[in-house]
Amino acid sequence: MLNIKDLHVKLEEEDKQILKGVNLEVKAGKVHAIMGPNGSGKSTLSYVLSGRDGYEVTGGSAHLGEDDLLEMEPEERAAAGLFLAFQYPVEIPGVGNMTFLRTSVNAQRKARGEEEMSAADFLKEVRARAKDLKIDADMLKRPVNVGFSGGEKKRNEILQMAMLQPKMCILDETDSGLDVDAMKLVSEGVNALRDAGRGFLVITHYQRLLDHIKPDVVHIMADGRIVKTGGPELALEVENNGYADILSEVA
Amino acid sequence: MAAPAEKQNTTEVRIAALDLPKGGWSDAARTEALTRLRVMGLPERRDEYWKFTRPDALTSVDVPTAAVLGTKEAPVFSEMDALRIVFNDGVFDAEASDDLAMAHVQISRLADSSSDIHWAAGLYGQLEANGQAPVARPLATLNTAFATDGVLIQVVGQAPKPISLVYNHLNKASEAILHHVIKLDPGAKLTVLEAGPAAARLNKVMEIDVADGAAFHHVRAQGSDHERCAATHIFARLGQESVFKSFTLTANGRLTRNECVIELTGDDAIAHVAGACVGDGDFHHDDTVFVTHDALRCESRQVFKKVLRNGAVGVFQGKILVKAGAQKTDGYQISQSLLLDDDSQFLAKPELEIYADDVVCSHGSTSGAIDEEALFYLRSRGVPAPTATNLLTLAFLAEAVEEIEDENLRAALVDQLEGWLERHRS
Repeated sequence: MLNIKDLHVKLEEEDKQILKGVNLEVKAGKVHAIMGPNGSGKSTLSYVLSGRDGYEVTGGSAHLGEDDLLEMEPEERAAAGLFLAFQYPVEIPGVGNMTFLRTSVNAQRKARGEEEMSAADFLKEVRARAKDLKIDADMLKRPVNVGFSGGEKKRNEILQMAMLQPKMCILDETDSGLDVDAMKLVSEGVNALRDAGRGFLVITHYQRLLDHIKPDVVHIMADGRIVKTGGPELALEVENNGYADILSEVA
Repeated sequence: MAAPAEKQNTTEVRIAALDLPKGGWSDAARTEALTRLRVMGLPERRDEYWKFTRPDALTSVDVPTAAVLGTKEAPVFSEMDALRIVFNDGVFDAEASDDLAMAHVQISRLADSSSDIHWAAGLYGQLEANGQAPVARPLATLNTAFATDGVLIQVVGQAPKPISLVYNHLNKASEAILHHVIKLDPGAKLTVLEAGPAAARLNKVMEIDVADGAAFHHVRAQGSDHERCAATHIFARLGQESVFKSFTLTANGRLTRNECVIELTGDDAIAHVAGACVGDGDFHHDDTVFVTHDALRCESRQVFKKVLRNGAVGVFQGKILVKAGAQKTDGYQISQSLLLDDDSQFLAKPELEIYADDVVCSHGSTSGAIDEEALFYLRSRGVPAPTATNLLTLAFLAEAVEEIEDENLRAALVDQLEGWLERHRS
């Protein structure tokens, strides 16, 4: 599904190499977690995959199925099935949440040559999905993320994911800023989307989230590379001992 | 103080090219206006309030020609249930207009000088004359002297439906000088809609007297003919607990100067003026607003948003004057521009002048580009960049558009804006 080979990335503005050869394959139906200390390049990886400006790929490749992600515009990547749940979801005053969702869903459908969703079908779908995430009518009416609490913003990300039904979901520190109840709600939303045809890449600092979203594979990232890969037990090891042991072990 | 010789000359040349209409009851006001015009002279670039906008195209003897857009789209507000009054290049079109009759409302035409309209005689040119201090507005004075037509509306109760003024532009060298006078008696209510480019060059004045407890709503769309020029003035006087709300949408037009002069003379009155403009290329848009607070606990709002691209220029000159004794004034003013490229310009001159000590007045002015973070967020959800840009542009304009209270009117103008953005994709 997602295939990253020897990916090298530097910042466009300054001569700073962030990713120094990332190799990663996420198969359909699998949940991979990436953990790692601050500054290891986890968020950069998610931004480069989704097509944010400001990064320069200096080597390697990233494919989603047959699609060469790095050659595509952000909207094309989205239409191809890539979804990034933002660490800091953006507030957009003046654009209603419903308008935003509907424009997104239909833009992707149009790009894929599919019929647009009718207003009635869309409404029915969004109401059902929102209910699961305890997103009320008021949150749907308000401008995108404006005045939302940290937890509401993250739930809104999952709502978008549920509506867009992507093939490959990247969750960038979705647990940050969440209390225990909100984390449960968000995790339930993610788990409901787990499917044999869908891959997940969960970026997190903490094992906590992985108690709720059980990963198949755990990677440790440090200094722009994946330095260790293992099963769920690797996350527990980090939780108990921190990164120091692992890092000294691979150094 | 008389204008300098050179200014006097240009003014006399312009006056000589115009015919002073024989207006019957309005003759005295016209003659008086002509005298005032001769003293102040037509505007020049050197004048303080014309620093950002070249008045030449508005004052020249020859009318700068403007191609007729000839759009096939239904004009804005045509779906609304309203009493329609149509002017073609400034000439009243009786056939296309509805009967000038409605409950609680009396409508006459300025050009119809046969009857003596007492109430209008007391107002015509009066609010305009009052609005000349401290800033001269000579184009309005020229209008009072030379206006060829317009509507005179007296409202004595709640008007059952809006009056819709439709201005068609048919001739590429036409000039329209229109002057409307609207008088709302105590407790009366009226909505006036205006739509269309009116002529290659338009000079329009609207004088509105809003008596105690009356409410006046005004929504206009200035038409999208690219080359037209327009100078418009609104002069409003507000009585106690009265409400005045005016919104203007400007899309295209080579030169537009919209002046709005409001005097809050009765306690607890409310005045909101808002505007949204979108310009691409050869577009110069100037909003000049002057709000005077001269009573207790009045509220005024000025909300102006401009979207500019390809060298378009936006100007905002907005003033709140709070006179001594106008305590508990609540004044607000915001002017913002969204510059879609590096070639466009926004020039703002916000002014506050306050002589009372217990007031709340705030003003702000910003210029900015599209928010890159928001743009990426939308694109990451599959929204193509041009659609995302339009969505964010509409969002930017929303604060001004939301000043329109009526939901249907608001939707009609959002449609216009969406259409414009769709046609002007980068």
